[in-house]
This record gives sequence, structure tokens and C-alpha cells, in this order.
Amino acid sequence: MTEFLTHYIEPDWIAHFLVAAVHCGLILGLVVMAAAAFTWAERKVAGRIQDRLGPTRVGGRFGWLQSPADGLKLLAKEDLVPAEADGPLFRLAPYVSFCTSFAVFVALPLSNDWVAQRLDASVFFLLAVAGLEVFGVILGGYASGSKWSLFGAMREAAQVVSYEVPLGLCVVIPVMVAGTMNLVTIGNMQSGWFVNWMIFHDPFMFITFWVYCACAMASVNRAPFDLAEAESELVAGFLTEYSGFRWSIFFMAEYASMLAVCLLASILFLGGWNGPVPITSWLGLTHDVHPVAGFVGDLLGFANILAKGVLGVIVMMWARWTLPRLRIDQVLTMCLKYCIPLAAAMFLGAMGWTYVIRGGLSDMDEPTPVVQSGQSVSLANHQEGGR
Amino acid sequence: MNLLFEPVGLAHYLVVGAILFVTGVVCMATKRNAVGILMGIELVLNGANMNFIAFATPGLRADEGLSLGLDGHMVALFVIVLAAAEAAVGLAIVLSFYYNHLTVDVDEAEELKG
Amino acid sequence: MEAINWHSCFFLLFAILSCGFAVAVAVSDNIVRMAVYLIASLAAVSGLFFLAGADFVGAMQLMIYVGGTLVLLAFGVMLTARGPLVKIATGGGQWVLGAMLGGGLLVILLQAAFSVEAWQRPEVTPEVAQGEDLATAAPLGMGMMGIRVDQLDETDTVKRGGMSGYLLPFEIVSVHLLVALIGAAYLARARRPAHLVQSGDGGKGDRRPEGGDR
Repeated sequence: MTEFLTHYIEPDWIAHFLVAAVHCGLILGLVVMAAAAFTWAERKVAGRIQDRLGPTRVGGRFGWLQSPADGLKLLAKEDLVPAEADGPLFRLAPYVSFCTSFAVFVALPLSNDWVAQRLDASVFFLLAVAGLEVFGVILGGYASGSKWSLFGAMREAAQVVSYEVPLGLCVVIPVMVAGTMNLVTIGNMQSGWFVNWMIFHDPFMFITFWVYCACAMASVNRAPFDLAEAESELVAGFLTEYSGFRWSIFFMAEYASMLAVCLLASILFLGGWNGPVPITSWLGLTHDVHPVAGFVGDLLGFANILAKGVLGVIVMMWARWTLPRLRIDQVLTMCLKYCIPLAAAMFLGAMGWTYVIRGGLSDMDEPTPVVQSGQSVSLANHQEGGR
Repeated sequence: MNLLFEPVGLAHYLVVGAILFVTGVVCMATKRNAVGILMGIELVLNGANMNFIAFATPGLRADEGLSLGLDGHMVALFVIVLAAAEAAVGLAIVLSFYYNHLTVDVDEAEELKG
Repeated sequence: MEAINWHSCFFLLFAILSCGFAVAVAVSDNIVRMAVYLIASLAAVSGLFFLAGADFVGAMQLMIYVGGTLVLLAFGVMLTARGPLVKIATGGGQWVLGAMLGGGLLVILLQAAFSVEAWQRPEVTPEVAQGEDLATAAPLGMGMMGIRVDQLDETDTVKRGGMSGYLLPFEIVSVHLLVALIGAAYLARARRPAHLVQSGDGGKGDRRPEGGDR
């Protein structure tokens, strides 16, 4: 696209800016649409779980205009900054949260060729940027100048720093099996039937997936781990002093990071953009056949990964409305005494498994880096689908 | 030199490293808050890291063969890891100090003065 | 119109951000603001790392430094900064001394940076600026394991013996980290603050509160 535009638009830098703007716009559209859809879905799911209907009136039968209506209401609300608050930091905090959870999507591949920025260490970049979201919460909590907010922020800091360790360990396991940190390569390794998915690679990986789920839920502050908010003890935690639009930005950030960890889980464990059945390779929807066919294949892949991600988010909602909130000591106990040892044991197990039984259950091609003389590490890139 | 149109060289990265280093040193020298001193240390370490990364990048200098290559990255990684350990221990000391003196002003730590 | 060099452009942006926020850290008196400026500065430094082709180190910087160490520091700030303690002002004399020290150091460092002709500018446009895919993670990992995949074409056996990877330093660092972790946990373990300790209960907790007979 850059070449195409630079051909027609005279100063190069305008074309570059246009391309960058289109990329940003696409990601922002995805994030904002997802946040709006999840706000509605959360109400519906919560309603059904509590034997209610959820929103039914706004915009027709299923209340599908509920999210825009909520957004309008929040925009119209007064934007309060408490007198005790540290004004600039208080105003800045929601944007820090949102920008970081938005930046996660920069390196997150959404289909075989659909990724805004190809990074070799994209898994690592994702984890790193996702870990920064905590700063918005800490800043907001501290700058509010309220004791409830401060408690919320301190809990958040303790919780996120602790849960980054098991989360990182869980992510390292598929990375180790795949032999690369490049998410596009990891996703393409799992093409073919669903038995090729990482989660079915070996029994340790299967357990790792569930540990990852728990840690991911904790790292994005969802119930039962939403100690930073904890409305039964801390009024609303770090959100106590926020109102109107800034509050809604915090929520958009939360939904965006929920979607991000779920998409990451689906790439690392659940085959990413590869469906359970290798339909795209049967139909010949690859770029080798025809660009349009490749585009359709990518579109199918995008639908696939989005379905998996949304399913993950709905499971998170299910957990929120089903499980009671843990206490802060229980949260940290679970991380330090259960998740970390379990993840470490799974790491050792998966390492032993790949050492003893090379390909794993699914007869995956040998993906470890091959060192050739005079060459740098060549990675198993772009495997053919369908075996 | 017009930085928008000409490629930057190693020296430019070194300037950034130098500024980070110096601000860190000034921060360490002037702050009385113990946590502020820790922050100064982080800045100093980052200035050093900046230089390591700059020297490791072959494309930035005319004598390309002399760049550190992967060694520079490796040392930078070790610096980052050790900085984390340093921050943890430093913060533990600060907290311990705070529990005992109810302040983080390092000028209050004068029991060992003769 | 000359083509814009994007590498230089972004370098300028990140350099201004990192240096500006670093200066802000040094001159600010409010410890919370300092933490925020430091975060911004270090994040910009990681941007410079990405720009210089060290993508793994840049991600590591974001993850460990910004995401770990600074959260820890912010935690420390929140634990220790209460009301009047947020600001501990520095005297004017110390500022003068600090500025003199810093200025002298800066002059020396800048002179060193610009003293070598070959460092001034690259011979060709850096590869990084041309948008090539970087791949430093795997070679770095192999280097940690003791295999230098980037030096396989080095013919001089003496040189190759000298760069035999970083397995031992890696092990030393991990043990060091473990020791630091245990030490930090021991040092920071919850003790009753001095102002709550009853005088006369003896032992370790019997420290005088602030403003004793100094």
C-alpha cells in the first residue's frame, strides 16, 4: 500500500502518514467496536446468568443500541476532578491505560498477513506493552487523592507485578515448543486439523492453557481478581473519583486488553487464524493461488481468530458473574503458591516432552531452530497447511 | 546538521546516553528523597545501556567491522536484569529505613556519623 | 525536496522525549511526578533501542524496566510518600554543586562522543531505516546458551574461543537474582512501624522514633 500511495502522492511523507493513519484507524476501529460490543454482551450475559433479560428496550429487540446510548450518557456527564487530586496526572491516567492496551494490537497478528507491525519478538513485545496498562491504574489511583483509590492502586500494583511472572512462564512454553517468538510463525505452525493446535501438543501444554487463562484473567483485572476495583470493599477502587468520559476510557481499555489476552491465547494455544478443519487449504484460498483467494482466506482466518477471542471474552464474563471475588491475600497466594510452581512444572514437563517425543502428539514438524554453518538461525517459516 | 534528512550516526546516540547519564548523576547528587536517588540510578544505568546498544549497532558508524554486535545487546540485557535486582534491594532498604525513621529523607540517616 | 530520513526523524523524536523527561526527573521536586517522568523517559529509551535494531532488548526494557522495576518504584513511592513527605526540597547550594558536576561531566562525555570521526555518521543508510525485519531474539537466546550463531564465520580460533557465549554469566545473574529476591523479601518484611512500637518491649523493634535525642 505504501508503494501504491507513494506512486500517486507527491511528497513521500504524506503517503507514509496516510498509510500509518489507515493502520491506526483500522486497529482503533476494532478496539472501539469490540469495547462497544462487549459492553452490550456483558449486560446480556450478566442478565442471562442472573435469570434476567438484560437490556431489551434501547434500539429494538435485543437492546443493541444500549452501548451507544451509554456512551452518549457518559459524554454528557460532568467531568469532575476532585479538589485533592493531582490534576494533570488525574486527567492523564485514563489515556495511559487506553494507549497501552491499544498499542498491544500493533504487534498482534489478526490473520496470516494481517499484522500492523511485524516484530520478531512480538510475543515479548505484547506482554511488555500489556504490562504497562497497570500504570494508568496506579496513576489514576494515586492522583485521585482518595484513600479508596490509593488502596485500589496499591493492590493493582502488587497483583499485576506478581501475575506477570506466571503469565510470562505460560507464554514461554508454546514459544519454546515453537522455537520462535514470532506470533505469525507460531500461528502458521498450527495450521491443518485442530489436533495441530498447541493446546493438543502435549498434556503439559493442555494444563498450561488453563493456568494461562487464570493468570490472564488476573492480569487484566477481571473478576474474580478485580481487587483494584472491589466495589464491596473499596467503593470503586481506583475508579472511585472518575466519572463520565474518563471513566468510560478506563472501561474501553479494560475490554481492549481482555480481547488482547484472549487473542494472544488463541494464537498461542488455539491455532490462531486456523480453523479446526483446514477448509482454506482445501478450497485453495492462499496467496500462492490468487491474491483475491488469499484475501478471502485471510478474511476467514480473521473471522476464526475473532470468534475464538470473543469466546474467550465471554468465558471471562461468565467467570465474573459466577465466581465470588477473592481477597487480596488469596489472590497473591494463588499466584505465588499455585500458579508459579504449576507453570514452572509445566515448563519442565513440556521441555522433557519435546526432548523425548520430538514432534508431540500431533506429529508436528520439527520446529526448533536449525543452526547451519555460516548462517544465522533459520526458523521454520510458513509451513504448508493440511497434513 | 539537519537531522531530518541526514542519517544519524553513533555520536548522536552517545549524546542521548550522555544526557541520560548526567541527569541521573545530578538526580542522585541533589535529591534527598531515597526513592528519588534510586530513580537517578535507573537513569544512569539507562544512559550506559544506550551506549552499549549504540555501539552494538553496525549500521551507525563508518567503521562497521568494529561494532560490538550481539555482545553489546547481551551486556545491555544483563544491565537491565541487574537493575531490576538493584531496584528491589534498594527499595527494600528504603522501606526498612522508612519503617524505622518514618521518613525517606536520606539526610536523616546520620546515626553512624562520628 | 529531499526525502525525509525516517530513522533520523524518529530518533529525534525519541531522543527529545527521553532527554526532556530525564531532565524533568532531575529538576522535579515532587516524587510522584518524578516517577511519571521516569516512566516516560525510559519508554522513549526503549523506542530508541527498537530504532537501533535491538528489538529484543527494547522489549526487555519495556517489560522488566518499565513494567517491573518502575511499578516497584511507584509502589515504593506510594508506600512512603504521604502528605508533606511528597516534596522534600533540595537546597540552593546543592543545586549549584549538582549543576556544576553535571555540566562538567556532560562536557567531557560530549567531547568523547564527538571525538571520533567514524562515529559521526554512517557510511551507508542504516539497515534499520529501510524497514528490514529484525531478528535478534533467537541469536541472543543461543548466545545465552553458549552458542554464538552470529560468529560462526569467524575464522580466527583464538577469537572464537574468546566469544564462547554467555552461559556462565547467565547462570551467575540468575543466582544473583535469586539472592537479591530473598534479600529484598527479608529486608522489606513487614515490621511494625517505629511509631507503633511500645517503648520498653526490648529487642529489635525498640528503635527511637523520629526526632529522638539527636
